[in-house]
Amino acid sequence: MNTLFEYTIRLADDSLILGHRMSEWCGHGPILEEDIALTNIALDLVGQATSFLAYAGETEGKKRDADALAFLRFDREYKNALLVEQPNGDFGMTMMRQFLFDAFRKPLFERLQHSSDKQLAAIAEKSLKETKYHLKHSSEWVIRLGDGTEESNGRIQDALNTLWRYTPDLFYADEVDQEMQQQGIAPDMAAVYADWNATVQHVFQEATIEIPSNNWKQTGGRKGLHSEHMGHILAELQYMQRAYPNMEW
Amino acid sequence: MKDFDTAELERKFQEKIDKDIKIEPKDWMPDDYRQTLIRQISQHAHSEIVGMLPEGNWITRAPNLRRKAVLLAKVQDEAGHGLYLYSATETLGADREQTIDDLHSGKAKYSSIFNYPTVSWADMGAIGWLVDGAAIMNQVPLCRCSYGPYARAMVRVCKEESFHQRQGFEIMMQLAGGTPEQKAMAQDALNRFWWPSLMMFGPNDAESKHTAQSVKWKIKRHTNDELRQQFVDVTVPQAEMIGLTIPDKDLKFNAETGKYSYGEIDWTEFWEVVKGNGPCNKERVDARRKAKENGEWVREAANAFAQKRALKKSA
Ligand SMILES: [Fe+2]
Ligand SMILES: [Fe+2]
Ligand SMILES: [Fe+2]
Repeated sequence: MNTLFEYTIRLADDSLILGHRMSEWCGHGPILEEDIALTNIALDLVGQATSFLAYAGETEGKKRDADALAFLRFDREYKNALLVEQPNGDFGMTMMRQFLFDAFRKPLFERLQHSSDKQLAAIAEKSLKETKYHLKHSSEWVIRLGDGTEESNGRIQDALNTLWRYTPDLFYADEVDQEMQQQGIAPDMAAVYADWNATVQHVFQEATIEIPSNNWKQTGGRKGLHSEHMGHILAELQYMQRAYPNMEW
Repeated sequence: MKDFDTAELERKFQEKIDKDIKIEPKDWMPDDYRQTLIRQISQHAHSEIVGMLPEGNWITRAPNLRRKAVLLAKVQDEAGHGLYLYSATETLGADREQTIDDLHSGKAKYSSIFNYPTVSWADMGAIGWLVDGAAIMNQVPLCRCSYGPYARAMVRVCKEESFHQRQGFEIMMQLAGGTPEQKAMAQDALNRFWWPSLMMFGPNDAESKHTAQSVKWKIKRHTNDELRQQFVDVTVPQAEMIGLTIPDKDLKFNAETGKYSYGEIDWTEFWEVVKGNGPCNKERVDARRKAKENGEWVREAANAFAQKRALKKSA
Protein backbone atom coordinates (compact mmCIF):
# COMPACT_ATOMS: atom_id res chain seq x y z
CA MET A 1 0.00 0.00 0.00
CA ASN A 2 1.13 3.54 -0.81
CA THR A 3 0.82 5.05 2.65
CA LEU A 4 1.27 8.66 1.61
CA PHE A 5 -1.47 8.25 -0.99
CA GLU A 6 -3.75 6.66 1.57
CA TYR A 7 -3.09 9.38 4.13
CA THR A 8 -3.67 12.17 1.61
CA ILE A 9 -6.87 10.60 0.30
CA ARG A 10 -8.35 10.63 3.79
CA LEU A 11 -7.66 14.36 4.08
CA ALA A 12 -9.04 14.93 0.59
CA ASP A 13 -12.24 12.98 1.08
CA ASP A 14 -13.18 14.78 4.29
CA SER A 15 -13.11 18.04 2.34
CA LEU A 16 -14.75 16.61 -0.75
CA ILE A 17 -17.71 15.00 0.96
CA LEU A 18 -18.37 17.79 3.46
CA GLY A 19 -18.06 20.29 0.59
CA HIS A 20 -20.70 18.27 -1.24
CA ARG A 21 -23.02 18.35 1.75
CA MET A 22 -22.56 22.08 2.30
CA SER A 23 -23.21 22.80 -1.36
CA GLU A 24 -26.65 21.19 -0.96
CA TRP A 25 -27.62 24.29 1.05
CA CYS A 26 -27.03 26.69 -1.80
CA GLY A 27 -30.26 28.64 -2.35
CA HIS A 28 -31.97 27.21 0.74
CA GLY A 29 -30.23 28.94 3.68
CA PRO A 30 -32.23 30.30 6.62
CA ILE A 31 -31.12 33.88 5.84
CA LEU A 32 -29.49 35.29 2.74
CA GLU A 33 -26.27 36.17 4.58
CA GLU A 34 -26.05 32.59 5.82
CA ASP A 35 -26.71 31.20 2.35
CA ILE A 36 -23.62 33.09 1.24
CA ALA A 37 -21.59 31.88 4.23
CA LEU A 38 -22.53 28.22 3.72
CA THR A 39 -21.64 28.44 0.05
CA ASN A 40 -18.32 30.00 0.99
CA ILE A 41 -17.52 27.06 3.23
CA ALA A 42 -18.52 24.65 0.45
CA LEU A 43 -16.24 26.50 -1.95
CA ASP A 44 -13.29 26.39 0.46
CA LEU A 45 -13.80 22.68 1.01
CA VAL A 46 -14.04 21.90 -2.70
CA GLY A 47 -10.84 23.89 -3.18
CA GLN A 48 -9.06 21.95 -0.43
CA ALA A 49 -10.31 18.66 -1.88
CA THR A 50 -8.94 19.64 -5.27
CA SER A 51 -5.47 20.37 -3.86
CA PHE A 52 -5.31 17.21 -1.76
CA LEU A 53 -6.64 15.02 -4.57
CA ALA A 54 -4.22 16.44 -7.11
CA TYR A 55 -1.36 15.68 -4.73
CA ALA A 56 -2.71 12.21 -3.96
CA GLY A 57 -2.77 11.54 -7.70
CA GLU A 58 0.86 12.64 -7.99
CA THR A 59 2.02 10.43 -5.15
CA GLU A 60 0.11 7.51 -6.60
CA GLY A 61 1.83 7.84 -9.96
CA LYS A 62 -0.97 6.17 -11.92
CA LYS A 63 -1.90 9.26 -13.92
CA ARG A 64 -5.12 9.83 -12.02
CA ASP A 65 -5.81 13.54 -11.65
CA ALA A 66 -8.00 15.25 -9.04
CA ASP A 67 -11.14 14.72 -11.13
CA ALA A 68 -10.45 11.04 -11.74
CA LEU A 69 -10.03 10.56 -8.00
CA ALA A 70 -13.04 12.69 -7.06
CA PHE A 71 -15.48 11.16 -9.51
CA LEU A 72 -14.33 7.72 -10.53
CA ARG A 73 -13.52 5.68 -7.45
CA PHE A 74 -15.80 2.99 -6.08
CA ASP A 75 -17.62 3.41 -2.78
CA ARG A 76 -15.13 1.53 -0.62
CA GLU A 77 -12.27 3.63 -1.96
CA TYR A 78 -13.58 6.85 -0.39
CA LYS A 79 -11.91 7.34 3.02
CA ASN A 80 -13.73 10.28 4.58
CA ALA A 81 -14.80 10.16 8.20
CA LEU A 82 -18.42 9.11 8.77
CA LEU A 83 -19.28 12.48 10.30
CA VAL A 84 -18.98 14.44 7.07
CA GLU A 85 -21.33 12.23 5.06
CA GLN A 86 -24.20 12.60 7.55
CA PRO A 87 -27.25 14.40 6.08
CA ASN A 88 -27.64 18.15 6.51
CA GLY A 89 -30.77 17.87 8.63
CA ASP A 90 -31.86 21.27 9.89
CA PHE A 91 -29.53 24.25 10.16
CA GLY A 92 -28.61 23.19 13.71
CA MET A 93 -27.54 19.74 12.55
CA THR A 94 -25.44 21.26 9.78
CA MET A 95 -23.76 23.72 12.13
CA MET A 96 -23.06 21.05 14.74
CA ARG A 97 -21.53 18.76 12.12
CA GLN A 98 -19.45 21.67 10.87
CA PHE A 99 -18.34 22.65 14.34
CA LEU A 100 -17.28 19.12 15.35
CA PHE A 101 -15.32 18.92 12.11
CA ASP A 102 -13.75 22.41 12.21
CA ALA A 103 -12.65 21.89 15.81
CA PHE A 104 -10.79 18.80 14.54
CA ARG A 105 -9.42 20.31 11.37
CA LYS A 106 -7.90 23.39 12.99
CA PRO A 107 -5.48 21.60 15.37
CA LEU A 108 -4.77 19.08 12.61
CA PHE A 109 -3.76 21.74 10.08
CA GLU A 110 -1.86 23.73 12.70
CA ARG A 111 0.44 20.73 12.98
CA LEU A 112 0.30 19.52 9.41
CA GLN A 113 1.59 22.89 8.19
CA HIS A 114 4.94 21.86 9.73
CA SER A 115 4.88 18.44 8.06
CA SER A 116 8.11 17.11 6.58
CA ASP A 117 6.10 16.69 3.38
CA LYS A 118 6.36 20.13 1.83
CA GLN A 119 3.31 19.74 -0.38
CA LEU A 120 1.00 18.67 2.44
CA ALA A 121 2.44 21.40 4.62
CA ALA A 122 1.63 24.01 1.99
CA ILE A 123 -1.96 22.81 1.50
CA ALA A 124 -2.46 22.67 5.28
CA GLU A 125 -1.13 26.18 5.72
CA LYS A 126 -3.52 27.58 3.13
CA SER A 127 -6.45 25.52 4.44
CA LEU A 128 -5.76 26.54 8.02
CA LYS A 129 -6.67 30.16 7.27
CA GLU A 130 -10.02 29.03 5.89
CA THR A 131 -10.59 26.55 8.70
CA LYS A 132 -10.06 29.18 11.38
CA TYR A 133 -12.80 31.24 9.82
CA HIS A 134 -15.09 28.20 9.51
CA LEU A 135 -14.53 27.32 13.17
CA LYS A 136 -15.29 30.84 14.28
CA HIS A 137 -18.49 30.79 12.28
CA SER A 138 -19.66 27.32 13.35
CA SER A 139 -18.79 27.75 17.03
CA GLU A 140 -20.60 31.09 17.12
CA TRP A 141 -23.70 29.45 15.70
CA VAL A 142 -23.54 26.52 18.11
CA ILE A 143 -23.37 28.99 21.00
CA ARG A 144 -26.08 31.23 19.55
CA LEU A 145 -28.47 28.34 18.99
CA GLY A 146 -27.61 26.70 22.30
CA ASP A 147 -28.12 29.88 24.27
CA GLY A 148 -30.94 31.23 22.07
CA THR A 149 -34.49 30.02 22.58
CA GLU A 150 -35.79 26.89 24.22
CA GLU A 151 -36.54 25.47 20.79
CA SER A 152 -33.10 26.20 19.38
CA ASN A 153 -31.44 24.77 22.48
CA GLY A 154 -33.44 21.58 22.05
CA ARG A 155 -32.57 21.34 18.38
CA ILE A 156 -28.83 21.88 18.79
CA GLN A 157 -28.77 19.42 21.68
CA ASP A 158 -30.54 16.86 19.45
CA ALA A 159 -27.96 17.48 16.77
CA LEU A 160 -25.16 16.81 19.22
CA ASN A 161 -26.91 13.66 20.45
CA THR A 162 -27.16 12.42 16.87
CA LEU A 163 -23.65 13.29 15.74
CA TRP A 164 -21.58 12.58 18.83
CA ARG A 165 -21.22 8.88 17.98
CA TYR A 166 -19.38 9.76 14.76
CA THR A 167 -16.66 11.86 16.41
CA PRO A 168 -14.33 8.97 17.37
CA ASP A 169 -14.03 8.21 13.65
CA LEU A 170 -12.26 11.55 13.17
CA PHE A 171 -9.45 10.36 15.45
CA TYR A 172 -9.26 6.82 14.20
CA ALA A 173 -5.57 6.05 13.77
CA ASP A 174 -4.12 2.92 12.22
CA GLU A 175 -0.82 1.80 10.66
CA VAL A 176 -1.17 4.51 8.01
CA ASP A 177 -1.13 7.25 10.64
CA GLN A 178 1.65 5.55 12.58
CA GLU A 179 3.90 5.28 9.58
CA MET A 180 3.19 8.84 8.51
CA GLN A 181 3.86 10.06 12.01
CA GLN A 182 7.16 8.18 12.17
CA GLN A 183 8.21 9.90 8.96
CA GLY A 184 7.33 13.29 10.41
CA ILE A 185 4.58 13.72 7.83
CA ALA A 186 1.46 13.36 9.99
CA PRO A 187 0.93 14.90 13.41
CA ASP A 188 0.25 12.97 16.59
CA MET A 189 -3.50 12.29 16.69
CA ALA A 190 -3.53 12.26 20.49
CA ALA A 191 -2.41 15.90 20.53
CA VAL A 192 -5.01 16.84 17.92
CA TYR A 193 -7.64 15.10 20.02
CA ALA A 194 -6.62 17.00 23.16
CA ASP A 195 -7.07 20.34 21.39
CA TRP A 196 -10.35 19.25 19.87
CA ASN A 197 -11.64 18.13 23.23
CA ALA A 198 -10.74 21.44 24.88
CA THR A 199 -12.55 23.36 22.13
CA VAL A 200 -15.73 21.31 22.22
CA GLN A 201 -15.93 21.36 26.03
CA HIS A 202 -15.56 25.10 26.08
CA VAL A 203 -18.07 25.80 23.32
CA PHE A 204 -20.68 23.38 24.69
CA GLN A 205 -20.43 25.02 28.08
CA GLU A 206 -21.07 28.43 26.54
CA ALA A 207 -23.88 26.96 24.49
CA THR A 208 -25.40 25.39 27.60
CA ILE A 209 -25.63 21.97 25.97
CA GLU A 210 -24.31 18.64 27.17
CA ILE A 211 -22.29 15.83 25.70
CA PRO A 212 -24.55 12.76 25.62
CA SER A 213 -23.77 10.10 28.20
CA ASN A 214 -24.27 7.36 25.63
CA ASN A 215 -20.80 6.71 24.26
CA TRP A 216 -21.79 4.46 21.43
CA LYS A 217 -19.08 4.77 18.77
CA GLN A 218 -19.28 4.46 15.02
CA THR A 219 -16.10 4.08 13.00
CA GLY A 220 -15.15 2.73 9.61
CA GLY A 221 -14.82 5.75 7.33
CA ARG A 222 -11.02 5.52 7.08
CA LYS A 223 -11.38 1.92 5.92
CA GLY A 224 -13.99 2.86 3.36
CA LEU A 225 -16.85 1.38 5.33
CA HIS A 226 -19.57 4.01 5.12
CA SER A 227 -23.14 4.68 6.14
CA GLU A 228 -26.02 4.16 3.72
CA HIS A 229 -25.92 7.88 2.90
CA MET A 230 -22.63 7.58 1.08
CA GLY A 231 -23.99 5.71 -1.92
CA HIS A 232 -26.52 8.44 -2.54
CA ILE A 233 -23.88 11.14 -2.31
CA LEU A 234 -21.78 9.28 -4.85
CA ALA A 235 -24.77 8.71 -7.13
CA GLU A 236 -25.12 12.48 -7.42
CA LEU A 237 -21.46 13.37 -7.32
CA GLN A 238 -20.51 10.84 -9.99
CA TYR A 239 -23.63 11.07 -12.13
CA MET A 240 -22.16 12.94 -15.09
CA GLN A 241 -18.85 11.10 -15.16
CA ARG A 242 -20.59 7.72 -14.99
CA ALA A 243 -23.35 8.53 -17.46
CA TYR A 244 -21.01 10.17 -19.98
CA PRO A 245 -17.63 8.49 -19.54
CA ASN A 246 -14.39 9.81 -21.02
CA MET A 247 -15.55 13.26 -21.99
CA GLU A 248 -14.17 16.72 -21.36
CA TRP A 249 -16.42 19.25 -19.65
CA MET B 1 -54.81 69.28 -8.74
CA LYS B 2 -51.23 69.60 -7.66
CA ASP B 3 -50.45 72.55 -5.49
CA PHE B 4 -47.77 74.97 -6.50
CA ASP B 5 -45.07 73.53 -4.21
CA THR B 6 -45.39 70.00 -5.53
CA ALA B 7 -45.35 71.17 -9.12
CA GLU B 8 -42.21 73.17 -8.41
CA LEU B 9 -40.54 70.18 -6.69
CA GLU B 10 -41.39 67.97 -9.63
CA ARG B 11 -40.01 70.48 -12.06
CA LYS B 12 -36.72 70.68 -10.17
CA PHE B 13 -36.63 66.91 -9.88
CA GLN B 14 -37.04 66.44 -13.62
CA GLU B 15 -34.45 69.13 -14.23
CA LYS B 16 -31.92 67.19 -12.19
CA ILE B 17 -32.70 64.05 -14.11
CA ASP B 18 -32.36 65.82 -17.41
CA LYS B 19 -28.96 67.09 -16.32
CA ASP B 20 -27.94 63.54 -15.30
CA ILE B 21 -27.62 64.49 -11.64
CA LYS B 22 -28.22 61.38 -9.54
CA ILE B 23 -31.18 61.21 -7.18
CA GLU B 24 -30.08 60.12 -3.70
CA PRO B 25 -32.19 58.52 -0.93
CA LYS B 26 -32.69 61.74 1.04
CA ASP B 27 -33.65 63.83 -1.99
CA TRP B 28 -37.24 64.70 -2.70
CA MET B 29 -38.80 62.43 -5.33
CA PRO B 30 -42.31 61.95 -6.68
CA ASP B 31 -44.14 59.11 -5.04
CA ASP B 32 -44.64 57.33 -8.38
CA TYR B 33 -40.91 57.42 -9.02
CA ARG B 34 -40.29 55.86 -5.62
CA GLN B 35 -42.95 53.18 -6.11
CA THR B 36 -41.81 52.35 -9.63
CA LEU B 37 -38.25 51.95 -8.43
CA ILE B 38 -39.25 49.81 -5.46
CA ARG B 39 -41.22 47.57 -7.80
CA GLN B 40 -38.43 47.34 -10.36
CA ILE B 41 -35.55 46.83 -7.90
CA SER B 42 -37.39 44.33 -5.74
CA GLN B 43 -38.38 42.33 -8.83
CA HIS B 44 -34.74 42.36 -9.80
CA ALA B 45 -33.72 41.26 -6.29
CA HIS B 46 -36.25 38.42 -6.32
CA SER B 47 -34.96 37.33 -9.73
CA GLU B 48 -31.43 37.05 -8.35
CA ILE B 49 -32.62 34.95 -5.42
CA VAL B 50 -35.07 32.71 -7.27
CA GLY B 51 -32.45 32.46 -9.99
CA MET B 52 -30.19 30.60 -7.56
CA LEU B 53 -32.54 27.61 -7.64
CA PRO B 54 -32.35 26.31 -11.23
CA GLU B 55 -28.56 26.44 -11.15
CA GLY B 56 -28.34 25.24 -7.57
CA ASN B 57 -30.04 22.14 -8.91
CA TRP B 58 -26.79 21.08 -10.66
CA ILE B 59 -24.09 21.96 -8.13
CA THR B 60 -23.94 18.50 -6.56
CA ARG B 61 -23.88 16.94 -10.06
CA ALA B 62 -21.35 19.21 -11.75
CA PRO B 63 -19.14 17.09 -14.01
CA ASN B 64 -15.75 18.10 -12.62
CA LEU B 65 -14.22 19.99 -9.71
CA ARG B 66 -13.47 23.15 -11.64
CA ARG B 67 -17.02 23.45 -12.98
CA LYS B 68 -18.40 22.73 -9.54
CA ALA B 69 -16.35 25.52 -7.96
CA VAL B 70 -17.23 28.01 -10.71
CA LEU B 71 -20.93 27.20 -10.46
CA LEU B 72 -20.88 27.52 -6.67
CA ALA B 73 -19.15 30.89 -6.96
CA LYS B 74 -21.64 32.02 -9.57
CA VAL B 75 -24.71 31.10 -7.57
CA GLN B 76 -23.13 32.72 -4.53
CA ASP B 77 -22.68 35.92 -6.56
CA GLU B 78 -26.40 35.89 -7.33
CA ALA B 79 -27.15 35.77 -3.59
CA GLY B 80 -24.85 38.77 -3.17
CA HIS B 81 -26.70 40.62 -5.95
CA GLY B 82 -29.98 39.90 -4.21
CA LEU B 83 -28.56 41.29 -1.01
CA TYR B 84 -27.37 44.58 -2.59
CA LEU B 85 -30.66 45.02 -4.35
CA TYR B 86 -32.78 44.42 -1.26
CA SER B 87 -30.59 47.04 0.43
CA ALA B 88 -31.26 49.42 -2.45
CA THR B 89 -35.02 48.97 -1.94
CA GLU B 90 -34.52 49.75 1.74
CA THR B 91 -32.97 53.12 0.85
CA LEU B 92 -36.35 53.90 -0.75
CA GLY B 93 -38.17 53.03 2.44
CA ALA B 94 -39.23 49.48 1.54
CA ASP B 95 -39.17 46.84 4.25
CA ARG B 96 -37.07 43.80 3.28
CA GLU B 97 -39.24 41.37 5.21
CA GLN B 98 -42.41 42.67 3.54
CA THR B 99 -40.74 42.66 0.13
CA ILE B 100 -39.83 39.01 0.55
CA ASP B 101 -43.28 38.10 1.82
CA ASP B 102 -44.72 39.64 -1.34
CA LEU B 103 -42.60 37.22 -3.35
CA HIS B 104 -43.82 34.28 -1.31
CA SER B 105 -47.47 35.29 -1.59
CA GLY B 106 -47.16 35.58 -5.37
CA LYS B 107 -47.85 39.33 -5.28
CA ALA B 108 -44.36 40.29 -6.43
CA LYS B 109 -42.95 39.03 -9.71
CA TYR B 110 -39.50 37.85 -10.74
CA SER B 111 -37.95 37.01 -14.06
CA SER B 112 -40.04 34.27 -15.68
CA ILE B 113 -36.99 32.55 -17.12
CA PHE B 114 -36.36 30.91 -13.75
CA ASN B 115 -39.66 29.06 -14.01
CA TYR B 116 -38.15 26.73 -16.59
CA PRO B 117 -36.55 23.51 -15.37
CA THR B 118 -32.85 22.71 -15.65
CA VAL B 119 -32.85 19.16 -16.94
CA SER B 120 -29.27 18.71 -18.14
CA TRP B 121 -25.78 19.96 -17.42
CA ALA B 122 -25.92 21.93 -20.68
CA ASP B 123 -28.61 24.09 -19.08
CA MET B 124 -25.86 25.54 -16.87
CA GLY B 125 -24.17 26.65 -20.05
CA ALA B 126 -27.38 27.95 -21.64
CA ILE B 127 -28.34 29.91 -18.54
CA GLY B 128 -24.96 31.57 -18.16
CA TRP B 129 -24.66 32.35 -21.83
CA LEU B 130 -28.24 33.41 -22.59
CA VAL B 131 -29.86 34.38 -19.30
CA ASP B 132 -26.91 36.22 -17.76
CA GLY B 133 -26.24 37.53 -21.27
CA ALA B 134 -29.76 38.97 -21.48
CA ALA B 135 -29.46 40.28 -17.93
CA ILE B 136 -26.35 42.20 -18.96
CA MET B 137 -28.20 43.81 -21.89
CA ASN B 138 -30.90 44.89 -19.45
CA GLN B 139 -28.56 46.01 -16.70
CA VAL B 140 -25.68 47.80 -18.39
CA PRO B 141 -27.92 50.79 -19.19
CA LEU B 142 -29.07 50.73 -15.54
CA CYS B 143 -25.52 51.60 -14.45
CA ARG B 144 -26.54 55.10 -15.63
CA CYS B 145 -29.95 54.96 -13.97
CA SER B 146 -31.07 58.19 -12.30
CA TYR B 147 -31.33 56.66 -8.84
CA GLY B 148 -27.85 56.68 -7.29
CA PRO B 149 -27.91 53.56 -5.09
CA TYR B 150 -29.40 51.44 -7.89
CA ALA B 151 -26.94 52.72 -10.46
CA ARG B 152 -23.99 51.99 -8.16
CA ALA B 153 -25.28 48.50 -7.31
CA MET B 154 -25.60 47.80 -11.03
CA VAL B 155 -21.98 48.74 -11.73
CA ARG B 156 -20.82 46.08 -9.32
CA VAL B 157 -23.42 43.53 -10.40
CA CYS B 158 -22.65 43.93 -14.11
CA LYS B 159 -18.98 43.10 -13.63
CA GLU B 160 -19.95 39.79 -12.11
CA GLU B 161 -22.69 39.12 -14.66
CA SER B 162 -20.15 39.30 -17.44
CA PHE B 163 -18.07 36.63 -15.70
CA HIS B 164 -21.26 34.57 -15.47
CA GLN B 165 -21.98 35.02 -19.13
CA ARG B 166 -18.45 33.95 -20.07
CA GLN B 167 -18.47 30.82 -17.93
CA GLY B 168 -21.80 29.84 -19.48
CA PHE B 169 -20.58 30.38 -22.99
CA GLU B 170 -17.44 28.42 -22.17
CA ILE B 171 -19.55 25.46 -21.02
CA MET B 172 -21.57 25.60 -24.26
CA MET B 173 -18.44 25.89 -26.39
CA GLN B 174 -16.90 22.88 -24.67
CA LEU B 175 -20.06 20.83 -25.22
CA ALA B 176 -20.63 21.97 -28.79
CA GLY B 177 -17.07 20.96 -29.66
CA GLY B 178 -17.31 17.68 -27.75
CA THR B 179 -18.81 14.27 -28.47
CA PRO B 180 -22.10 13.86 -30.40
CA GLU B 181 -23.89 13.32 -27.07
CA GLN B 182 -22.47 16.54 -25.68
CA LYS B 183 -23.31 18.52 -28.78
CA ALA B 184 -26.88 17.18 -28.71
CA MET B 185 -27.14 18.15 -25.04
CA ALA B 186 -26.01 21.70 -25.86
CA GLN B 187 -28.38 22.04 -28.81
CA ASP B 188 -31.28 20.78 -26.73
CA ALA B 189 -30.53 23.34 -24.01
CA LEU B 190 -30.38 26.12 -26.60
CA ASN B 191 -33.69 24.94 -28.08
CA ARG B 192 -35.38 25.14 -24.70
CA PHE B 193 -33.83 28.38 -23.43
CA TRP B 194 -33.74 30.50 -26.58
CA TRP B 195 -37.35 31.71 -26.66
CA PRO B 196 -37.71 32.19 -22.90
CA SER B 197 -34.51 34.26 -23.05
CA LEU B 198 -36.05 36.56 -25.67
CA MET B 199 -39.08 36.87 -23.40
CA MET B 200 -36.80 38.16 -20.63
CA PHE B 201 -36.94 41.60 -22.22
CA GLY B 202 -40.64 41.82 -21.52
CA PRO B 203 -43.66 42.50 -23.76
CA ASN B 204 -43.40 44.25 -27.11
CA ASP B 205 -43.10 48.03 -26.85
CA ALA B 206 -46.71 48.45 -27.98
CA GLU B 207 -47.85 46.32 -25.02
CA SER B 208 -45.49 47.72 -22.42
CA LYS B 209 -47.30 49.87 -19.86
CA HIS B 210 -44.48 51.58 -18.01
CA THR B 211 -41.91 52.37 -20.67
CA ALA B 212 -42.54 56.03 -21.53
CA GLN B 213 -42.56 57.39 -17.97
CA SER B 214 -39.58 55.22 -17.01
CA VAL B 215 -37.57 56.47 -19.95
CA LYS B 216 -38.36 60.06 -18.96
CA TRP B 217 -37.20 59.31 -15.41
CA LYS B 218 -34.11 57.54 -16.72
CA ILE B 219 -34.81 54.36 -14.83
CA LYS B 220 -35.09 52.75 -18.20
CA ARG B 221 -32.93 53.88 -21.07
CA HIS B 222 -34.00 51.63 -23.91
CA THR B 223 -37.27 50.00 -24.82
CA ASN B 224 -37.85 46.25 -24.50
CA ASP B 225 -37.72 45.71 -28.24
CA GLU B 226 -34.49 47.68 -28.62
CA LEU B 227 -32.78 45.58 -25.96
CA ARG B 228 -34.17 42.35 -27.40
CA GLN B 229 -32.84 43.26 -30.83
CA GLN B 230 -29.44 44.03 -29.37
CA PHE B 231 -29.40 40.63 -27.64
CA VAL B 232 -30.33 38.78 -30.82
CA ASP B 233 -27.67 40.62 -32.81
CA VAL B 234 -24.95 39.76 -30.31
CA THR B 235 -26.00 36.18 -29.60
CA VAL B 236 -26.75 34.74 -33.04
CA PRO B 237 -23.14 35.02 -34.28
CA GLN B 238 -21.94 33.43 -31.01
CA ALA B 239 -24.18 30.41 -31.66
CA GLU B 240 -22.87 30.19 -35.22
CA MET B 241 -19.31 30.40 -33.99
CA ILE B 242 -19.69 27.29 -31.85
CA GLY B 243 -21.80 25.43 -34.39
CA LEU B 244 -25.18 25.52 -32.69
CA THR B 245 -28.45 26.36 -34.42
CA ILE B 246 -30.86 29.02 -33.15
CA PRO B 247 -34.30 27.36 -33.08
CA ASP B 248 -36.01 29.97 -35.26
CA LYS B 249 -36.78 29.24 -38.90
CA ASP B 250 -37.60 32.91 -39.51
CA LEU B 251 -34.24 34.18 -38.36
CA LYS B 252 -32.64 36.24 -41.14
CA PHE B 253 -29.71 38.59 -41.36
CA ASN B 254 -30.46 41.89 -43.02
CA ALA B 255 -27.27 43.11 -44.65
CA GLU B 256 -28.65 46.62 -45.04
CA THR B 257 -29.42 47.23 -41.38
CA GLY B 258 -26.80 44.85 -40.02
CA LYS B 259 -29.50 43.38 -37.79
CA TYR B 260 -31.28 40.05 -37.57
CA SER B 261 -35.00 39.74 -37.97
CA TYR B 262 -36.50 36.97 -35.91
CA GLY B 263 -39.73 35.02 -35.60
CA GLU B 264 -42.82 35.76 -33.56
CA ILE B 265 -42.50 35.20 -29.82
CA ASP B 266 -45.18 33.00 -28.27
CA TRP B 267 -46.81 35.64 -26.08
CA THR B 268 -49.44 33.23 -24.83
CA GLU B 269 -46.70 31.20 -23.21
CA PHE B 270 -45.11 34.38 -21.86
CA TRP B 271 -48.29 35.57 -20.14
CA GLU B 272 -49.09 32.10 -18.82
CA VAL B 273 -45.69 31.88 -17.13
CA VAL B 274 -46.04 35.43 -15.77
CA LYS B 275 -49.42 34.46 -14.34
CA GLY B 276 -47.79 31.57 -12.49
CA ASN B 277 -48.50 28.71 -14.89
CA GLY B 278 -44.95 27.94 -16.00
CA PRO B 279 -43.37 24.53 -15.48
CA CYS B 280 -41.65 25.44 -12.18
CA ASN B 281 -43.43 28.52 -10.79
CA LYS B 282 -44.85 26.59 -7.88
CA GLU B 283 -41.61 24.75 -7.09
CA ARG B 284 -39.57 27.95 -7.12
CA VAL B 285 -41.81 29.93 -4.81
CA ASP B 286 -42.36 26.91 -2.56
CA ALA B 287 -38.59 26.42 -2.23
CA ARG B 288 -38.12 30.04 -1.18
CA ARG B 289 -41.04 29.95 1.22
CA LYS B 290 -39.74 26.72 2.72
CA ALA B 291 -36.26 28.20 3.20
CA LYS B 292 -37.84 31.06 5.11
CA GLU B 293 -40.10 28.84 7.21
CA ASN B 294 -37.30 26.42 8.04
CA GLY B 295 -35.15 29.34 9.05
CA GLU B 296 -37.72 30.90 11.37
CA TRP B 297 -36.42 29.22 14.54
CA VAL B 298 -32.85 30.13 13.58
CA ARG B 299 -33.68 33.80 13.25
CA GLU B 300 -35.65 33.75 16.47
CA ALA B 301 -32.73 32.13 18.26
CA ALA B 302 -30.28 34.67 16.87
CA ASN B 303 -32.49 37.53 18.11
CA ALA B 304 -33.00 35.98 21.52
CA PHE B 305 -29.28 35.40 21.87
CA ALA B 306 -28.42 38.96 20.83
CA GLN B 307 -30.89 40.30 23.42
CA LYS B 308 -29.46 38.11 26.17
CA ARG B 309 -25.93 39.25 25.39
CA ALA B 310 -26.97 42.89 25.28
CA LEU B 311 -28.61 42.49 28.71
CA LYS B 312 -25.46 40.87 30.12
CA LYS B 313 -23.38 43.76 28.85
CA SER B 314 -25.61 46.43 30.32
CA ALA B 315 -25.96 44.56 33.64
FE1 LIG C 1 -27.00 38.36 -10.75
FE1 LIG D 1 -29.29 40.35 -12.41
FE1 LIG E 1 -25.56 36.19 -12.97
